[in-house]
Amino acid sequence: MSTAIELKAVTKSFGNTEIIRGVDLAIPQGERHAIIGPNGAGKSTLFNLISGRYPVSGGQIELNGESIIGLKPFEINRKGLSRSFQVTNIFQRMSVFENIRCAVLWSLGYKYSFWHRLGGLKDANLRAEEVMESIGLKQRRDTSAGVLSYAEQRALEIGVTIAGGAEVILLDEPTAGMSRTETADAVELIRKVSKGKTLIMVEHDMGVVFDLADKISVLVYGEVIASDKPENIRGNKAVQEAYLGTEAH
Amino acid sequence: MAKLKYRPINLGRWLVWGGTALVMIVLPLIFTSGFTLTLLSQIGVSIIFALSYNMLLGQGGMLSFGHAVYSGLGAYFSVHALNLISKGAFYFPVTLLPLIGGLAGILFGVIFGYVTTKKSGTTFAMISLGIGEMVFACSLMFPGFFGGEAGVSTNRVIGQPFLGITYGPSIQVYYLIAGWALVCMAAMFAWTQTPLGRMANAVRDNPERAEFVGYDTHMVRFLTLVISGFFAGIAGGLSCINYEIVTAENVGALRSAGVLMTTFIGGAGFFFGPVLGSIVFVAMVSAVGAMTKAWAFYLGLLFLLIVLYAPGGFASLIAMHVPVIKARLMRRLWLPYAAAAAAGIVLLAGLVSLVEIIYHYSLEGGTAPEMTLFDFTFDVTDGTPWAVAIGLLVGGFVISRFAWNAVGRAWADIVHILQRQSA
Repeated sequence: MSTAIELKAVTKSFGNTEIIRGVDLAIPQGERHAIIGPNGAGKSTLFNLISGRYPVSGGQIELNGESIIGLKPFEINRKGLSRSFQVTNIFQRMSVFENIRCAVLWSLGYKYSFWHRLGGLKDANLRAEEVMESIGLKQRRDTSAGVLSYAEQRALEIGVTIAGGAEVILLDEPTAGMSRTETADAVELIRKVSKGKTLIMVEHDMGVVFDLADKISVLVYGEVIASDKPENIRGNKAVQEAYLGTEAH
Repeated sequence: MAKLKYRPINLGRWLVWGGTALVMIVLPLIFTSGFTLTLLSQIGVSIIFALSYNMLLGQGGMLSFGHAVYSGLGAYFSVHALNLISKGAFYFPVTLLPLIGGLAGILFGVIFGYVTTKKSGTTFAMISLGIGEMVFACSLMFPGFFGGEAGVSTNRVIGQPFLGITYGPSIQVYYLIAGWALVCMAAMFAWTQTPLGRMANAVRDNPERAEFVGYDTHMVRFLTLVISGFFAGIAGGLSCINYEIVTAENVGALRSAGVLMTTFIGGAGFFFGPVLGSIVFVAMVSAVGAMTKAWAFYLGLLFLLIVLYAPGGFASLIAMHVPVIKARLMRRLWLPYAAAAAAGIVLLAGLVSLVEIIYHYSLEGGTAPEMTLFDFTFDVTDGTPWAVAIGLLVGGFVISRFAWNAVGRAWADIVHILQRQSA
């Protein structure tokens, strides 16, 4: 199976502080890969480097074998990588439908068109309706995103992330702040929408991680100390010492 | 399987556009005076200019302090083109002259826009201010093109009449402006319903997210500004035909500030806001300006009140009543509104009296102390009119407080009822 994302000796420093210290990671296509680690380990920073939000200080990042170093977020997105954010990052003043339609326009080739009428874009509208249905927000179609409940906003965040049809999806703490029921629903949603895609996920809820991930990488102080199948991670002493403690049992 | 919702014909939208066209056709037939015709023509030009500005401010979240650059340069290119046409250098119908202004707007939109739209927010505003000042300074550096302080004048009546149209009479110019205003309004509204228009909203609301769904925010802002420059240029071309003169004022900071005020007063958050703003602004500048020297004071005060108490502009004041009308609750507001209006009239009478007395006293108090206001003639050096004006002002203020409290209570009840209904 070919590699979807590959990080080679990636480093990131802010001033004199090195946050990411030589991360090597290869994630094959179609894998659900979770990145775990204690607070401040550099998980979100790693996501920001992969998605082009921050430039790397050193090393190489490849998407489907092609370097994406120096590319801007929109260029990386156009190459088939989409991400969600730890803090909900949607178009608050737009309706649920408009949020998702905005996310499908580029991938369907409408780009900067000012000669197409949005109402007449059957493919974009149909795709937006489908995504809305798949994330369970069909009943909230015309509701402004800003007034949705927290769980609904998180679902919309995932909807906006997957709507463009990206093959590599990065989800940053998708279940953070959710109740148990909401988390269970979110896990099912992620399972459904990531089918056949490469999923990389940062998550603190170990139940979610061990339920969803095919493979887990443990990041501690900007270094990957282990990268293996969930059952092996559970039994890894270094990981237990550094992070999991008794939670893994 | 998801299904699409289709709306075969949007009857309401057709009615609004049809009604707007009808009003534009009928107005000069009802109000036939030359002054009204001039006022209507100015409003028409202002509508195009303000709507083009709102593509930046309202739709794209770009606060520009230099939008007059595009309309002004459009006007200059139009005036030179018109002079060349009249000399027989080339043939071009005067009806389509605004297109030359529009093309100039595009050209300078491309040149200046690429730099200004690299950044958003405060940086964008500052760069736009700098470019505005730079172009205004050029008007003195290149008198051959800008015509120096006198500007460039022209004559819109050229060539043979076509179907009796010469653009000599003001009524013909009005209908030319009205026609262009209607076409531009429709085109700018259509733009809001396109992928670029929607992504301009997206970039305004959350530029970071827009980048992560594949959009280059710089390009979205740039294209929005270029298209906005086109419509501003058309407004400039029409202004050239209307006034038959273009001066450095057309590219100046005052013109840029004027369009910002127009848009804000009308309501940047609504498509029709700048249309309302144009009517109010032109009325304040031209109609109130013809009545009193203090017009700029009143305009500033109106702007201040809008910013403080109705930041969404007049359009938001109308929009907030729509759910109340739908719920048939307006009857709860009539009485408090009537009381507030009565109190407001007293307050306004006091304020206007005081301002006018001060103006008259400062400017002509020594030579001609008598003045006439609201059909009363009095001496401004006498204490009585001052006392009456201050009395009206203070009295109006006090009863306004009570009246607006009643309005506030009525609104609180209505909001409570609406919330209960929607729950």
